[in-house]
Amino acid sequence: MQRIGVFVCWCGSNIAATVDVAAVAEAVKNEPGVVLATDYQYMCSEVGQTKIQDAIKEHGLTGVVVCSCSPRMHEATFRKTAAAAGLNPYMVEIANIREQCSWIHKDKAEGTEKAIILAKAAIAKLNLNAPLTAGESPVVKRALVIGGGIAGIQTALDIADAGYEVDIVEKSPTIGGKMAQLDKTFPTLDCAACILTPKMVDAAQHEKIHLYTYSEVEKISGFVGNFTVDIRKKARNVKEDLCTGCGVCTEKCPSRKAKSEFNMGLNTRGAIYVPFAQAVPNIPVIDHEACIHYKTGKCGLCEKSCPSHAIDFEQQDEIITQQYGAIIAATGFNPISLENFDEFGYADNPDVVTSLEFERLMNAAGPTKGVLLRPSDGKHPKTLVFVQCVGSRDTTDCGKPYCSKICCMYTAKHAMLVREKYPDTEVYVFYIDVRTPGKNFDEFQRRAVEQYGVNYVKGMVGKVAEEDGVLKVQASDLISGTQMHIDADMVILAAAIEPDKSARPLATMLTASMDTNDFFTEAHPKLRPVESPTAGVFLSGVCQGPKDIPETVAQAGAAASKVIGLLAKDKLTCNPCVAGSNELLCNGCSACQNVCPYGAIEYVEKEINDHGVRETRRVAQVNEAVCQGCGACTVTCPSGAMDLKGFTNQQIMAEVDAICR
Amino acid sequence: MKFSYYPGCTLKTKAKELDRYARESAQALGIDLCELPEWQCCGAVYPMASDEIATKLSAVRALADAKKEGGELVTLCSACHHVIKRVNGDMQSNSDMRGKVNRYLQLEEEYAGETTVLHYLEMLRDRVGWSELKKKVTAPLKGRKIGAYYGCLLLRPAKEMQFDNPENPSILEDFIAAIGATPVKYPYRNECCGGYVVVEDKEAPKKKSGNVLRSAEKHGAEAVVTACPLCMYNLEENSAETGVSVYYFTELLAEALGLKKGGGAQ
Repeated sequence: MQRIGVFVCWCGSNIAATVDVAAVAEAVKNEPGVVLATDYQYMCSEVGQTKIQDAIKEHGLTGVVVCSCSPRMHEATFRKTAAAAGLNPYMVEIANIREQCSWIHKDKAEGTEKAIILAKAAIAKLNLNAPLTAGESPVVKRALVIGGGIAGIQTALDIADAGYEVDIVEKSPTIGGKMAQLDKTFPTLDCAACILTPKMVDAAQHEKIHLYTYSEVEKISGFVGNFTVDIRKKARNVKEDLCTGCGVCTEKCPSRKAKSEFNMGLNTRGAIYVPFAQAVPNIPVIDHEACIHYKTGKCGLCEKSCPSHAIDFEQQDEIITQQYGAIIAATGFNPISLENFDEFGYADNPDVVTSLEFERLMNAAGPTKGVLLRPSDGKHPKTLVFVQCVGSRDTTDCGKPYCSKICCMYTAKHAMLVREKYPDTEVYVFYIDVRTPGKNFDEFQRRAVEQYGVNYVKGMVGKVAEEDGVLKVQASDLISGTQMHIDADMVILAAAIEPDKSARPLATMLTASMDTNDFFTEAHPKLRPVESPTAGVFLSGVCQGPKDIPETVAQAGAAASKVIGLLAKDKLTCNPCVAGSNELLCNGCSACQNVCPYGAIEYVEKEINDHGVRETRRVAQVNEAVCQGCGACTVTCPSGAMDLKGFTNQQIMAEVDAICR
Repeated sequence: MKFSYYPGCTLKTKAKELDRYARESAQALGIDLCELPEWQCCGAVYPMASDEIATKLSAVRALADAKKEGGELVTLCSACHHVIKRVNGDMQSNSDMRGKVNRYLQLEEEYAGETTVLHYLEMLRDRVGWSELKKKVTAPLKGRKIGAYYGCLLLRPAKEMQFDNPENPSILEDFIAAIGATPVKYPYRNECCGGYVVVEDKEAPKKKSGNVLRSAEKHGAEAVVTACPLCMYNLEENSAETGVSVYYFTELLAEALGLKKGGGAQ
């Protein structure tokens, strides 16, 4: 018989307001095995933990039930507490009477009744617990960063500087991401390229960093400390070892119709191209859709003109398989498509542009060499209207419900830069609210208003209609309660940002959770903001939520420090709650192998002694180092051969019995 | 094809052409439009107050009658369509209102929004089909440059009306193309004409309708079509300074089907 102590936590008023904690303790004190039942205000505090440890020693407890918050919050805490008092940590059970009880009930009598039932279930299970010993698994001292924008670059640099190998996988031909496209950066207005390109070079030259550009992650298996990843290195059709980056091929290419992705489609590029002059690596790539050679079999000018014979039309995609201890998602964002916002006439009028397009129009390395010219006729615009919150904070189905966070600041930056470069312009900014928290941010926005004379109007633009080359802007000024009509030359839309489309399939491969907007979910919104709930997976940059550059860099560094903490360990404690197959019962059907998401089950031919009958059978075997204890196999197994340590069928039934009693 | 048909008051008085050519065209297209025997005014304006029941009752009567006659009700006037469609939506989703209305009306059978409300244009698009309509056209309006004028009542609120994209609609342009004319897309085609404000202040619709017509003219339209008697009124009143004429879409439909003399001469 176990000697069980039950500890009911008040969680301040979180539990105690809806659950009569003393009544719970009282109700379970005569349950089988229970020798002590008590309550305390904060079980997780030092005093609370000491109470548990003292009780273990004083009453010779063999098991502990803590009725408190979700096990995801404090199971590890209480296991440590018990272990420090000499108890096997797997003899601790948590009854979740907060998230699954007090927080969702209003009636105290009902809440108390449910808490008692949950406590009884945990006690019933604990009566059947056996001490478990965790094994160890080695840590591969190499990290994989997925995404080569500023988030990925910073994370990789920080990990590499700590002495660990890092690979960056970037799907486009160069690293740099969105930041490389920006003109100036708020609030200090230093040029994005000047602060980013040195970091790109650092990443490329770092002896511990390996870049896989124009590459995508195709398959991920394994678990924390030991992931196996297949990377598809797409064919550039340029031999990286031979190319010198001289640029002759990109100049000779006669195909000039493809839109430049880097310049947001504002100009064109060749079929063989380098996205921009400072691209890293400075190796071109052939766009098969645009290339005359791939379309007609003719041309081949690049091949003929290449002085180092680097062009290889036959080059194929390559799959690289590599082991990693940790994976960092840094997949970034994109502005949303504006198809649901036809009132702004974006699709019909070239002079209605997104803010990211505007960055390119203002950028010295952009299609207009930094001279602000209207895309339609190349004239200098005199009146510019900026519209904020295009698709942000949108509770209709057209846009996104969240604040994109960066638009208030970059719009202030754009407005300010336009006024500074072209004092003859009239600039309007339409906003719902101006949200500029951040160091020197509010001062920055005020400068746009007070020093640069930008007209900030609280209200929304309802329509942009082109007439004789003029953009007729119809808007409401909410403060004066009047309608406004502005004849504008350009309209700039601060489109909401959304996670990159590659994030969702990546989350599926990683079994990492996402929110309804496809942002990666953090393990804890306050206390573990850079970790995914999936062990060994870390989050860097906008893939976790909208962020500006300073925040992204800070979070990238934080993610790196968590990764370094993981890679610094030689071995990780494994989860001992793993599956095991009873070979006598196994019928060799392979059902468990088919459902196992981790590939932890293998079948072997084995001689079995079945009550004196010796025969060779095909039976399931679990690789305990790979098994994550999800339990999918135990419920799938038709013959009941599969069972999960710590969550045996018998234990689960005991819980159910206790609940139904 | 057989549908219940709700003409509405204006179609019996000021907007007779809208009604007449709709019926004649339907006949030519092999559609049986059965006017509801005892229809009343739709209520004219959809009440914004959520506890307003009385002005929704007559719309429910029409809907309940249509339910008995096959459950598909075709409307034509934009305002009637707007009111009847939205009241029907309320009857489907607002249980409080459904209860009150049914308790008040004491219908033979309780009404809970079962009837499908179709605008005449939706009937053409979804039941007849543009390609079918094209085949039936005997006098295509070749070379005529026609702008679609939607106004607001058909399009908004988009979630309830479920008519077309309110910011970039296409149903009328598709219609214009189907009858052989050239649709002219212009930015003010989904703006308000000034609506009922005309009762109080003639200047507002003058400005609003003027914008619409100027915009249509600038983009090359010789005429615009509407489905709404009120839009027709406001546009016509203010069309003097442009050369753009205004028609009900059913007039052009009848013309294309060879039921009405061309050129819009009346």
